[in-house]
Amino acid sequence: MGAYETQGFKLDNSGKRLVVDPICRIEGHLRVEVNLDSQNVIRNAVSTGTMWRGLEVILKGRDPRDAWAFTERICGVCTGTHALTSVRAVEDALSIKIPENANTIRNLMQLNLQVHDHLVHFYHLHALDWVDVVSALKADPKRTSELAQSISSWPLSSPGYFRDLQNRLKKFVESGQLGPFANAYWGNPAYKLPPEANLMAVAHYLEALDFQKEIVKIHTIFGGKNPHPNWLVGGVPCAINVHDTGAVGALNMERLNYVKSIIDRSKEFVEQVYIPDLLAIASFYKGWLYGGGLSSQAIMSYGDFPDKANDHSTPNLLLPRGAIIGGDLSKVHEVDLKDPEQIQEFVNHSWYKYADESKGLHPFDGVTEPHYKPEGPNFKGTRTKIENLDESAKYSWIKAPRWRGHAVEVGPLSRMVLGYVQGKQYPFIKDTIDAVLKKLDVPVTALFSTLGRTAARGIECLYCADLQVSQFDKLMANIKAGDSSTANVEKWDPSTWPKEAKGAGFTEAPRGALGHWIKIKDGKIDNYQCIVPTTWNGSPRDGKGQIGAFEASLMNTPLAKADEPLEILRTLHSFDPCLACSTHVMSPDGQEMTSVKVR
Amino acid sequence: MTETFYDVLRRQGISRRSFLKFCSLTATSLGLGSAYAPKIAHAMETKPRTPVIWLEGLECTCCSESFIRSAHPLTKDVVLSMLSLDYHVTLMAAAGHQAEKQLEEIKKKYKGNYILAVEGNPPLNEDGMFCIEGGRPFVEILKETAADAKAVIAWGACASWGCVQAAKPNPTRATPIDKVISGKPIVKVPGCPPIAEVMTGVVTYMLTFDRIPELDRQGRPKMFYGQRIHDKCYRRPHFDAGQFVEHWDDDAARKGYCLYKMGCKGPTTYNACSTVRWNDGVSFPIQSGHGCIGCSEDGFWDKGSFYDRVTDIKQFGVEANADKVGGTAAAVVGGAVVAHAAVSALARARNQTGIDVPKEGDK
Repeated sequence: MGAYETQGFKLDNSGKRLVVDPICRIEGHLRVEVNLDSQNVIRNAVSTGTMWRGLEVILKGRDPRDAWAFTERICGVCTGTHALTSVRAVEDALSIKIPENANTIRNLMQLNLQVHDHLVHFYHLHALDWVDVVSALKADPKRTSELAQSISSWPLSSPGYFRDLQNRLKKFVESGQLGPFANAYWGNPAYKLPPEANLMAVAHYLEALDFQKEIVKIHTIFGGKNPHPNWLVGGVPCAINVHDTGAVGALNMERLNYVKSIIDRSKEFVEQVYIPDLLAIASFYKGWLYGGGLSSQAIMSYGDFPDKANDHSTPNLLLPRGAIIGGDLSKVHEVDLKDPEQIQEFVNHSWYKYADESKGLHPFDGVTEPHYKPEGPNFKGTRTKIENLDESAKYSWIKAPRWRGHAVEVGPLSRMVLGYVQGKQYPFIKDTIDAVLKKLDVPVTALFSTLGRTAARGIECLYCADLQVSQFDKLMANIKAGDSSTANVEKWDPSTWPKEAKGAGFTEAPRGALGHWIKIKDGKIDNYQCIVPTTWNGSPRDGKGQIGAFEASLMNTPLAKADEPLEILRTLHSFDPCLACSTHVMSPDGQEMTSVKVR
Repeated sequence: MTETFYDVLRRQGISRRSFLKFCSLTATSLGLGSAYAPKIAHAMETKPRTPVIWLEGLECTCCSESFIRSAHPLTKDVVLSMLSLDYHVTLMAAAGHQAEKQLEEIKKKYKGNYILAVEGNPPLNEDGMFCIEGGRPFVEILKETAADAKAVIAWGACASWGCVQAAKPNPTRATPIDKVISGKPIVKVPGCPPIAEVMTGVVTYMLTFDRIPELDRQGRPKMFYGQRIHDKCYRRPHFDAGQFVEHWDDDAARKGYCLYKMGCKGPTTYNACSTVRWNDGVSFPIQSGHGCIGCSEDGFWDKGSFYDRVTDIKQFGVEANADKVGGTAAAVVGGAVVAHAAVSALARARNQTGIDVPKEGDK
């Protein structure tokens, strides 16, 4: 493959090749190679997942009730979302109905994850792509205070507060031990914020670091710890007792008040710090609308947050489900995880082998035969020292999933666009997006950009912070109505299960659509497959040469300085990549590459 | 000249009074008693800020996520004032060549004086290329960085024992770091993840006393991993009284009775969950109604279902009398613990995690 056109992008790999590896401030291991033209504009992009753990094979033969704990360890950043997906897959396979309280508590935990993960992503994994820490040293604390007070009523905003912080920062920089801020691209012309906005953002970077540990306490109360809280097939493990003797050993009034207090404080932080910062930063970058990639043409979501328990149909989901293809925003396609025609994985450019690589396979029929072999006419280096990969050959540990043959983008931007175009069902999403667009004075097409992706995450965080309030009220109303049930144990004992069963579970992880497919035989896991958000977004090319969302998003972006790939980081980070999630299927015995059949 | 820890605090506007308060809090949180506060203060006044290189192999980043949850000390203060977190892929601003350069510079400049903290582990199959960083196998970077480290911290179950990717059949041959690093003191801080305040507690201990904490036979700090969860569990009286949860959400569950019959691994797990608790002491798994899954123990993924009892009481024919269950079970469990401890590290690695221990001289 030399120069060719796909999905509206002209790919040309003839220019100077730039490698960025490791991509930092993400979960896991990712490598990117791009070709630049003479103007330093990206004309070809290649993204490679560079780690692999093999969890699905490890799950084989184990107790399906344990699967949540294994799959939860796929990712400690979006902690809990794999566990929820897993218990839903098992419950789907065994037709287990969960109590209303269990559904609401699960929703609260998953909403809590969204709020926490989006906040940490914005400040700690993404902000430094927009915010120049060193420039903050030049800020006038008084003007910083004026700026902060003009955009929010958040109390930590006095000139003295910013002066103290700036002094601490100054001394930190002067010490010469810059720690995590060392050797970055400070002073790069792609940074656009004035010093005062930089100082305000650095202050909130540190405040958010302090505050994020509070948000997760909702997981701790319901699930015992965070990261990696505990879940249960059939419900939730935490029992409710608000009236009787022994209530202190369960979810009681004190615990529920604790949850409520965290919900209120989280909402306040998102409303008064995250959103104003996002808008302030966006106002300086609204002329930089690169990075849209596939978002204007092909997006997908499984949806999440069933309002009523056990009803996973599209109208009952508080976060939208559906797909948009070919850029036709007027048509939302139904998405079905179990339809073999819809979701398929290809391996033409992945380090795996299929008997017939012209066809994709649905996860229920999936085959995983690893085949690590970096090669191709443009490959440079050796097997254990890669200099340049060749995208015309196999080049990634990530498979290429497609929805009805299309590469799609998943994640907050996809969900918010799906909510926006179905504004009647999702008025909060529609109204908030309209308000943000108006505030920034940009057209709706501005959403389809790196900045739009980052903004969509903030809008979704606000939506989830708000849903936490209504879901908590729902929990209390149900308890007040006399229902304290949290687990259905009718089918806890494997002897009550059918000899064979299969099912699918879904969530919308912070990073996008997450699906698990399980097959149970004789009370044990016969097969287990996951397709995770970063598999969709980080997908390599398929047999038709279609590029995935990461690769598409980098196309045609100019770099201010070719040796400082700040713009590449900014756009990749806008997806919040999670590589431990995306690449974890493996053969059962390492060097002996044997095929794993999933049926 | 490198600044001392105290210089850094003073330079950042922290008063002597606050500093001493911090020292006494540190002493208390480490369980050392207030008499140690002056000793900590003295150590901090005279010692430089230590560089830390934090590497990530096959892992899920739960250890980093846990680390940033630390409430005392705050992560902010750890990173800005207590140590110098010079390389940490999940948090650092730089990437690519600039990140690699940073790693090289720190290794050279602080040769023999930096702490290497490792999250995750190296896979050895496929020439190590199941985990690639900068185009090379992670295991090479790990070995190179360990060679000039002063000490090594193995964060979490991955680095300590192998964790989930090393569960049978361990397809990538994910290997605990002490099997590939030799000649360096290694402190194992297991758990999936470890408790945040245990992580910062171990680091501040090392910085404060300039030595590694006293370790048990498996390489874990005795101060945090010396006691069984079961022995410090607030539900222990229900165990002793034979009051057990029999089904999820039954009346006993709503009263907070013992979760032993629901598969709780508290009786065979050494960790600080039932004392330090999680997320600033808010709760821990048992308090929130689910049994301990034993996530700080070697090979915990391969010891049967999390819902199987630690010991099958039925075999001993004592279930008929609920009053007797507690005492008898305790005896049985005690025996299991002794047997558990007696298993050699090598046999454990081979038999329970499916890890092939590389022979001396292997790559």
